[in-house]
Amino acid sequence: MYYLFAAYAVFWGLTFAYVFTIASRQKRLEKEIETLSRSLTKDQA
Amino acid sequence: MTKKLRIDDLLNWLSGLSIMAALYLVFVYAPTEATMGDVQRIFYFHVSSAWVGFFAFFVTLIGGIAYLRGRNRDWDTLALSSVEIGITFTSMAVITGSIWAKATWNAWWPWQQEPRLVLVSILLLLYLAYLMLRSFLEGEERKARFAAVYGIVAFVSVPFTFMSIRWWQGLHPVVFEREGMHLAPTMLATFLFCLVAFTILYFTLLLHRVRLGRLEDQLIGLKERLRQGAGG
Repeated sequence: MYYLFAAYAVFWGLTFAYVFTIASRQKRLEKEIETLSRSLTKDQA
Repeated sequence: MTKKLRIDDLLNWLSGLSIMAALYLVFVYAPTEATMGDVQRIFYFHVSSAWVGFFAFFVTLIGGIAYLRGRNRDWDTLALSSVEIGITFTSMAVITGSIWAKATWNAWWPWQQEPRLVLVSILLLLYLAYLMLRSFLEGEERKARFAAVYGIVAFVSVPFTFMSIRWWQGLHPVVFEREGMHLAPTMLATFLFCLVAFTILYFTLLLHRVRLGRLEDQLIGLKERLRQGAGG
C-alpha cells in the first residue's frame, strides 16, 4: 500500500508542479508585457 | 476571445473530471490483481504517463517537420511545449515504474535485467538536451531551426524504447501484443479510460503551454521594438 501511495503522490506532485510553473511563468510574462507596453506608449507619446 | 475562453474552460473541466473518474475506476471499479495485489494499480497511471510522454515527443516531431517546411513560429512553440510535457510525463513513468519495480522485483533500478530502463533514461536525457540546446543558441529563428532538426532526430529513440521489451525480453511485462491485451475486461476498461483521460490532460496542458509560448514571443517583439525605439 505504501508503494501505491508513493506512485500516485509522484503523479500528483509532478502534475501540480508543472501546472504551477506554467501559471507563475504566465503571470510574470503578463506583468512584464504590461510594463513594456506602457513604456512603449509613453515613448510614442 | 470568448470562444477561446470557452475551449479553455471546457478542457480544464473535462481533464479534471476525467482524471477523477479514472481514479475512481482505478481504486474502486478495477479488481485487485491476484498475484501482485494492490500494487498492480500503479500500472494504470504508469502506462498512461508513458503513453503521453511518447505521444508528446511525436507531436514535437510533427511540429519540427512543419516548422522546417513553412518557418511558422507557431509550430516551434508547439514542439517546445510538447517536449516540456513529454519530459514531465516520461519522468512520471520512470519514477512510478521504479516504485513498481521495488514492490514486485525488490529492486529500485534493475537496469541489468531491464533494457527499457536504460533506453527510457537515454530518451529523457535526449529531450533534456533539446531544452539545453535551445537555451545555448542565440536568435529565435536559429533556435527554432536547430531544435526542429534535433526534435526529428531525437524521435528515433521513441520506437526503440517502445519496442525494447519485445526485442530484448527483460523483466518488463508486455501489455500490447498481437493477440491482444492480457487483462480482465474490467481492468482493460479502466486502462483504456486512463489512456483517454491522460490524453485529454495532455491537450489541456499543451493549450496552456502554447499560450505561454505566444506570450514569450509577444515579449520578445516588444523588447525588440523598445530597442529599435531607443536606437532610433
